[in-house]
Amino acid sequence: MRKSLLALAAGLLLAGSSVSAASAADKLKVGFIYLGPIGDLGWTYQHDLARQALVKELGDQIETTYLENVPEGPDAERSIEQLVRAGNKLIFTTSFGYMDPTLKVAKKYPNVHFEHATGYKRNPNMSTYSAKWFQGRYIQGLIAAKMSKSGVLGYIGSFPIPEVVSGINATILAAQTINPAIKVKIIWANTWFDPGKEADAAKALIDQGADVIMQHTDSPAAMQIASERGKLAFGQDSEMIKFGPKTQLTSILDTWGPYYIERVKAELAGTWKSQDSWGGLDSHMFAMAPYTNMPDDVKKLAEDAQAAITAGKLHPFKCPIVGQDGKTVECKGGDHLDDGQILGMNFYVKGIDDKLPGK
Amino acid sequence: MQLVLEKRAERSGTIALVSPLIAIGLTVVTMIILFAILGKNPLLALHAYFIAPLTDGYSLQEIAVKATPLVMIAIGLSLCYLANAWNIGAEGQFLVGAVAGSWIAVKTQGTDAGAWVLPAMLVLAAAAGALYALIPAICKVKFGASEILTSLMLVYVADLFLDYLVRGPWRDPNGFNFPTTAEFDPVATVPLLIEGGRLHLGSIIALLVVAAAAILLGRTIKGFEIRVVGAAPRAARFGGFNANQLIVLTFAVSGALAGLAGIIEVAGPIGHLQPGISPGYGFTAIIVAFLGRLNPLGILIAGLFLALTFIGGEQAQIAMKIPLDVTKVFQGILLFYVLACDSLILYRFKLSFPNRQVARGTH
Repeated sequence: MRKSLLALAAGLLLAGSSVSAASAADKLKVGFIYLGPIGDLGWTYQHDLARQALVKELGDQIETTYLENVPEGPDAERSIEQLVRAGNKLIFTTSFGYMDPTLKVAKKYPNVHFEHATGYKRNPNMSTYSAKWFQGRYIQGLIAAKMSKSGVLGYIGSFPIPEVVSGINATILAAQTINPAIKVKIIWANTWFDPGKEADAAKALIDQGADVIMQHTDSPAAMQIASERGKLAFGQDSEMIKFGPKTQLTSILDTWGPYYIERVKAELAGTWKSQDSWGGLDSHMFAMAPYTNMPDDVKKLAEDAQAAITAGKLHPFKCPIVGQDGKTVECKGGDHLDDGQILGMNFYVKGIDDKLPGK
Repeated sequence: MQLVLEKRAERSGTIALVSPLIAIGLTVVTMIILFAILGKNPLLALHAYFIAPLTDGYSLQEIAVKATPLVMIAIGLSLCYLANAWNIGAEGQFLVGAVAGSWIAVKTQGTDAGAWVLPAMLVLAAAAGALYALIPAICKVKFGASEILTSLMLVYVADLFLDYLVRGPWRDPNGFNFPTTAEFDPVATVPLLIEGGRLHLGSIIALLVVAAAAILLGRTIKGFEIRVVGAAPRAARFGGFNANQLIVLTFAVSGALAGLAGIIEVAGPIGHLQPGISPGYGFTAIIVAFLGRLNPLGILIAGLFLALTFIGGEQAQIAMKIPLDVTKVFQGILLFYVLACDSLILYRFKLSFPNRQVARGTH
């Protein structure tokens, strides 16, 4: 016992002496606020992979710090400010709910630059960035309609915000081009990450006849349930094929790495400016996982659609778009809906037999 | 040789005082071992947790901001628990208070309503919290329903009601359908105490609540009744105290305080109503109440201490890259030791030697 105490004391001393060696005063400090745990295997995991890519690329010039599991409530403002006070000069806040807290802190510290994911409020020192995931959803809609035998798709929504609603609409618009009578069942989990709830939602959807499960929540739980029940599913945020080797059709992969590297380089060069980045397949803000568990003709259909969207030849919200109420939506972007209409999307398209919450 | 717990003839006053200190000491030792296993310097880690947040004004403010709702709710809960009324639903009362107060803020938005707005919000929030807490209290008194279950279940009702409002009728019309109300007008916002900081009037209100509870329990007949009903129900009945009436009263007071904490949080640090306004304050406050031994001053200290672990945990995460989970483990270990050490108030360790007796028998 005494020996182990001595060893512990020695360890304390050793640890104490090694810390002073590490100093990084002249490196640019880059901070990250994460919504989930880095081990969520979805949203936060992908942001952290991008952070690691950033360190790999620019590790000799920067030092990164992250705070994980920061709730989108009253604590967020403090967490962001803690990063500022720890000397971080560029801070990525990686969830929509950090919008107002980020703006508050940004106004307080005009010399620190902020990057907020998926929001719409900006400041001279606060940029926003997001991805046109609805493009990926469109491809998934094509695949789903081809692969579904029951003609019923199951969709696990997180929150009925425009990003999610536009994803549902893009899916169903694509599916209708294959099977005009396609049906979609939607369950709102009211959470981004809760494996238990997500699994329950998947079970309920399958019990209601859905044989292809799609999700806008972050964990692989739905993929596991679909796999157990012998159904098909799409991954979300990250590669989830190991949770359903015979189940995953494809997955929308968040690939933030290039954007993070670009923005940090701008910061290092002193050319960082507040901007709004909303990139799609063409600017590699996200990618599609390999198309698996489908016949070759479906795979080709998906690949062709992906190529057409990337080339700008195919727009998921091509006019005319008919809303649930039977009225044609005004076409503000020429032959498709404009960005503002998609970013503020607050209606279901015709063919969705459900009511948008809060409408 | 065997170590056994033996009941003391009477509760030990000394241990009651030192047991929280023993618990903290044991927690620190455990954490040192844990940090060493994680390969972090334990001394630096403990410094980041406990000392660094106390050394600058910013962190002190943040500790006060974090502790404010915890202390207010815990004071109310302590009155319930002293009277043997088990209110587990402070989280729901917090949310209902926030919703009720926000109703005024939302309805007066953009009008030139005067300085009456904030006081009206505080009063309405307290009233709503109290009424919401009366549901489980009356179910208990009239029908004998377990207040633990009913108060807990009402948390989810309140949560979903708030969710409905911010996604539907109260949604910010300019907010792209995102689930939040518009930012409150200045007259509907809790004033800050320090320019540029986050410390707000709510912290002063929390201190007043602590003082009021100390006077209530220490100097008034009602406070005496609450303690007697909880500690000795039979004696209370002989004394003619009405236990049911006290259940209703303590539930109402604790609901009012939770509701008040709710609106202060929404009209203060957050500035608008949104889902997820509480990171579980109503539940964490239960820990604060017991850590503070259901004593107003103790609760104030416990609330500040728990807030310190949150702020320190965050700074340790930044400065030393210690995972957040370690902070949670740390809070769990602390509570575990507090409860374990509390058993020493009524029990003591004794060494017994059953083997020797057996040996004697064979001779």
